[in-house]
Amino acid sequence: MATTTLMVRRRLLTRSRSSGGVKIGRPSFLWSLPAITFFALFAIVPLGVVAWLSLTSWDGIASPHWVGTANWSAMFSDPVFLKSFRITALLVGLGIVTQTPLSLLPGVWAAGYQRNRAILSAIYFIPLLMSAAAISIVWLSLLNPYFGLPRELHGVFGGGLFNGGFLFSSPATAIGVLTFVGMWQWSPFHTLIYQGGARAIPEVLYQAAAIDGAGRFRQFFHITLPQLRNTMITSIVLMLVGGLTTFDSILILTQGQPGTSTEATSYYMYVKAFQSFQFGEASVIAVVLAVFTTLVSLIVVRLSGWDKMRSTQEGI
Amino acid sequence: MSALRATALRIAPRPTTTRRPNYVAGLFALIWLAIVLAPVYVLVKGSLQNQEEYTTSGPLSLPSHLTTENYHLVFQDGFLKFFLNTAIITVSVVAIVVLLVPPVAFAIVRNRSRTVTIVFRILLLGLAVPIQAVIVPIFYLILKAGFYDTLPAVILPTAAFSIPLSTIVLTGSMRDITSDMYEAMALDGASSWRTFRNLVLPLSRGGLATVIIFSALQAWNGFLFPLILTQSSGVRVFTLGLFDFNTANSVDAPAICAAVVLSIIPILLVYLFARRALIRGLMGVGGK
Repeated sequence: MATTTLMVRRRLLTRSRSSGGVKIGRPSFLWSLPAITFFALFAIVPLGVVAWLSLTSWDGIASPHWVGTANWSAMFSDPVFLKSFRITALLVGLGIVTQTPLSLLPGVWAAGYQRNRAILSAIYFIPLLMSAAAISIVWLSLLNPYFGLPRELHGVFGGGLFNGGFLFSSPATAIGVLTFVGMWQWSPFHTLIYQGGARAIPEVLYQAAAIDGAGRFRQFFHITLPQLRNTMITSIVLMLVGGLTTFDSILILTQGQPGTSTEATSYYMYVKAFQSFQFGEASVIAVVLAVFTTLVSLIVVRLSGWDKMRSTQEGI
Repeated sequence: MSALRATALRIAPRPTTTRRPNYVAGLFALIWLAIVLAPVYVLVKGSLQNQEEYTTSGPLSLPSHLTTENYHLVFQDGFLKFFLNTAIITVSVVAIVVLLVPPVAFAIVRNRSRTVTIVFRILLLGLAVPIQAVIVPIFYLILKAGFYDTLPAVILPTAAFSIPLSTIVLTGSMRDITSDMYEAMALDGASSWRTFRNLVLPLSRGGLATVIIFSALQAWNGFLFPLILTQSSGVRVFTLGLFDFNTANSVDAPAICAAVVLSIIPILLVYLFARRALIRGLMGVGGK
């Protein structure tokens, strides 16, 4: 087969390389230097700087001065900071629970090649074109209790479930607003992921199931869902990482209010740094955030097989 | 082998099983479509309506007459300048990414030394670094470097944070180049530069298009870096202009609609003309 000749040829080439032959056409590591230096300067060096800043007191004007672990002990006895973990976990959990069905089902549906499905999904992806800032601003205006949907559709929003239309004034409905806007913003993206996953399921499986007399529902639960397992893991972990750093929508929609009931961790860091000018304490939160997301992302790398990319290198 | 299977799948005819249409799913699809389209309708309609009418009759009602005064108001607020700033930032970010990423991707695919493996590991780990975690030190460094409140203050970190995902996308498409081709180049005695220019770059155009669109979107829709690293209106970008405009005119819903519509139009144009590349670029955005 072609593969064997290829392997032989490859072995010849590698041998000539290892025996001191010229590495023809292979780039030296210098090719990677500009990009990695530039990236390290803005992403790796700052990680070191933030760890140092977390041990200093800095107001943004004078020079930072060393205070040891004072910020750390202050932050871990700060009730707002500790509560922010619970709020973040709640927002992430609600995000996963609402977005998964709302992207899994349309994704599987949009995987069909029918013309009407293609047209509808093209429209369906419109939220993807808008910036997070634009989306939050639109919904802030639409959900305004005085001139937005709650007033126009008073029959729907008037009840106690929606706090009489004043969605931003009670903790439960404010969390609800953030969850809904997150859903509107992110489900199209996850739909895309599921659409890709569903299209990769071999049609033979469905044909076999149909011959066995399995209906649409049994096909969905016994073929589609199990086959989408990996897709689902990837999608959920992306929701996790994204949810841990939700910031724009909180800043624009609720500013952490009412009280501190929507003050998630990354938003609290912004408040500490750029509104209270306590950069040392904000740095503590930043370090905690970095550790958390790194842990989650290590799980992503393990589950999605990104770390195995080297083994599939150069084909075969 | 896997390449072979991929082609086989591509050649295989699209599934044409004549299953009966799924009415239940279609119904739900239509309901969700309404939820997606309602704000779009309000945006377009509201931007052409006057404020009193919008406020009294509500966002969903049909307009009685249309006006362009909202767009005039938005332009008076300096949106043309914001537009220009955002365009400069976007073009610069794309330029930096296109200069830096193809060489590093080429090295990762074709150089097997430990150093390059470490570079790849750092970039993979870099995917995990959220902007929020480093915004305080970046603010500190930009302040120290004297870049605060300038366009480079936004351009440099935005470009840096586009590098990891762009590299991963591009190494993906460079790996599709078979080793036969590299060997053919090697037999011809081609240098690494010639291999790069004559083989790798032309064959990874698809990946490069995705990378360009992804980094352009990141720059165009970027919010946190401009929010923290700029201040004066002379260097304000679109998203931040939108944010400030919203704070100042929070009761003028039609004007806000007009501002949002203007911010979407450029991306909408790209969507119409390069939908597939844009969708692939968007997949990148969500990965962050």
